[in-house]
Formats: sequence, C-alpha cells, structure tokens
Amino acid sequence: MQVHIPTPLRAYTNAAQVEANGATLAELFADLERQFPGIRFRIINEQDEIREHIKIFVNQTLAPNLDAPLAPNDRVRIVMAISGG
Amino acid sequence: MAKPNITVPKPASGAVALLIGTRKGAFILRGDKTRRKWKLSDGIFIGAVVNDMVMDSRGSRTILMGARTGHLGPTVFRSTDLGKTWKEATQPPAFPKAPEGETGISVHHNFWISPGHASEPGVWYIGTSPQGLFRSEDDGATWEPVNGFNQHPQFQTWWNPPDQGPPDGPTLHSVMIDPRDARHMYLCLSGGGVFESQDKGRDWHPLNKGLVSEFLPVPDAEVGHDPHRVEMNPLDPDRFYMQNHFGVYTMDRKKGVWENIGKKLPKPYSDHSYPIVTHPRDPNTVWIFPLDGSFPLGRVSPNGKPAAFVTHNGGKTWKKQTKGFPTQHGWFSVKRQAMNADSHDPVGVYLGTTGGEVWASRNEGESWTRLLTSLPEIYSVRAVEL
Repeated sequence: MQVHIPTPLRAYTNAAQVEANGATLAELFADLERQFPGIRFRIINEQDEIREHIKIFVNQTLAPNLDAPLAPNDRVRIVMAISGG
Repeated sequence: MAKPNITVPKPASGAVALLIGTRKGAFILRGDKTRRKWKLSDGIFIGAVVNDMVMDSRGSRTILMGARTGHLGPTVFRSTDLGKTWKEATQPPAFPKAPEGETGISVHHNFWISPGHASEPGVWYIGTSPQGLFRSEDDGATWEPVNGFNQHPQFQTWWNPPDQGPPDGPTLHSVMIDPRDARHMYLCLSGGGVFESQDKGRDWHPLNKGLVSEFLPVPDAEVGHDPHRVEMNPLDPDRFYMQNHFGVYTMDRKKGVWENIGKKLPKPYSDHSYPIVTHPRDPNTVWIFPLDGSFPLGRVSPNGKPAAFVTHNGGKTWKKQTKGFPTQHGWFSVKRQAMNADSHDPVGVYLGTTGGEVWASRNEGESWTRLLTSLPEIYSVRAVEL
C-alpha cells in the first residue's frame, strides 16, 4: 500500500510516497523500518506509542494506535500535527 | 584508590572551535589560533532542538549531538569530519518496553553527552530526560540502558518522574569518569542529587552529604537535591565543584562532604546559577555566572548587569568579571551547558545566552567580547581544540 511521508521524514525515504505492507499499522511500521532504518523511532516511541505531535491516518480515519487494521488498498498518511514556534 | 597520577597538560596553542547547540539547530564557530578571528558554520539540522554537542576528548575527534524536533523523537547524530557530514545512530537511547499492562517511560530528549574513560575508546555516556543513563560501546552508533542505575532498587526514591522537576523535564547530567579508574563514575540528577558508582555502573549510592536544599522537607536529606552542574577537576579527580540550586559547593572526595563556597558572593549577585567551569591547569580556579535566584525565579543577570565570577583559591574569595559586558539592560540567561573553557594560556572562557549571543574572553574572564548575536536560544557551548 502507499504511505505518504511528510517532509521531515524524507531524509529517510528520499521520497514523498513509498510502498510498504502489513495487516496492521504495527506490521506496516516494521516493514518501513526494514526499508528505511531509523524511521520508526522518530514516529513511534519505545513504548510503541505514536509520538505526541504525529498523527497517522488510514484513508480518512485517524488511527488511535498501532493495532489499527490495514487492507491492501488502504492509503496511510503520516502527518505532523501543527506545533512549533 | 590509586594515588593521583595526573600531569599538568601543556597549554594548547592551535585553533579553537565552539560547538553550539540551540533550540533551533546546531552551529560550529571556528576560531584561529589567536582566537580573534571566528567563522560561523551554516546551520546544522536547523529546527532540531540540540541540547548537547560534544567532541571526543580522547583523540578520535568524533562529535556526538543529541537532537530532536517538536514532532520527531529524540536521536543522536555522529560526525567524524568536524561537522561536515552527520550520520544518525542506528539505535538511539531508549528505555525498555514496559511489560504488558504496565506504563513505561520514553526518552524525551538526550540531554547530556560524556566521552567514556581514556582506556575505553568508543565508549560514551548519555544522560536523558526523563532521567536515565545510557552507554555506547561503538562510538555512538548504538546505545543500551545502564540498568545498574536506571533499574536500581532505590531508583524510584532518587529520580523525578517525567512530569515533575525543571520546566524542560528532569535531567541526568554531569556524567564523570575518574581518569585513574574506568570503573569509578559519578552522575547527577536535576533534581535528585549526586550519585557514585565504583563498579562501572552496576551499583550506585548517593553522594550528597553537606548539601542543604530549602525545598526539601528535610533540607539535608540523603537525596532530592538539585545540582545544576558538577565538574570534576581535571588535575585533581578527587576535587569537585558544583553549582547547585541553592549555592556553590566544592567537595574533596576523600572527605565526601560538600562544602558551601558561595556565601561570599556580593549582593545583588546570588549563589544561584547553572554553569560552573573549571580551569584546565589550576585546580583552585573556577568560574560561575550568577543569575537572579530570588522569587519569582528571574534567572537573569541581577538588575540587568551581567557578570562572571572567578575564584583562584577554591572558593574562599570571588572576583567579579564584567569588563566588556553591558553595564545595563543585559538580561542574560546562561544554561548549564552553555559556559565552557578552552585549554590555551591564558585560558579562553566562553558563554552562550538564551538570547542567542556568544561571548568570549581570551584572558580568563578579565574582559569579554561578543562574538555573535542573533543565534537561536543557546543550550550548550563546548570549546574544543582543533
């Protein structure tokens, strides 16, 4: 499935869109980590929680955690929430 | 313990650089050997919060940087070419995953970086917020928690939970290794106090006798104090200097009791500050940069009149050093990693302010020159010999 990568994480992927697979978000991020080492820890902490200012959408739905199920044609978007200054 | 076998190093005479960590990225300010001409690098990882950036003092010249952004998690970057290129650690510091049903903690930022003992090239330590100690044995590429400290049976009585302590979170800092013995280590918790290990981090005990903290129910309690910065004297590893939340202290490790040496600072300068800097060749010379420590916690130069203070006799007397600083409207704040010294003769002393200014003295604090304005909020300044 297609995964949209936000600008701050493209240093890992060198692309705005990448292909990755998994039946859940947890599996998808394991695949992303295999392809792009280091990317997972910038998004998900060591307690397997999505970091505070990052949101992950599966199609149009905000995923609450890594247990969210995925279908082969889903689109996943990693979004940087507005925070800064 | 073995007798000290420390020889006084020859003064450095080459070029100097300042590794500058800021709230919005890192910079390297390269000086020539006269320390009069300086050139600032481009911004490095602009947007990343860089709490610390340290060059290996054991000769490899590897630089490690602790970085995070407002969104992305904390990581460590490494450079082996004086900051031209950077490579991310493949396994940054991280706490163990909590067992199912329990709540675990996660590293918010990598706050403090220390090279390991000279006999262990490639070994580094990082102190984090929330408070944890991590060790690398491969020059910063991968990191493991030091469970002897992080999971010590008394740890829950020593540390501050993540939601308590200083505004940016409780920190572990001032990791120091006895140059005579790689097994003999010290670290500090802010808040929490000073802790010592004599078996390479497997076991730890508090080392806070003599400290008095008015915010504690028992002011001279065994733990709970707030050392802002502690320095082991490079010439006498049994002599320590501490800038504490309440006062300036020194300790002779053979006695093991902290002694307050900040009471003679003249008003309105208080004994509240964050950094403390030792002289590379004189164990009795120390610099501090007092801030307004009174309620409501101004943490700026008292009355807008910045001043460093130096002692040449281990804290018996202090001398004010203001030449070159603004005489009014100088509301400096200087964080605990943001004041440092080089190894030249005379020693160069450097500080960075939260207003983004870098100041330097080529004559051991006697006079000061502003090297830079308009950097982001400065978190750390480390002087290195090139």
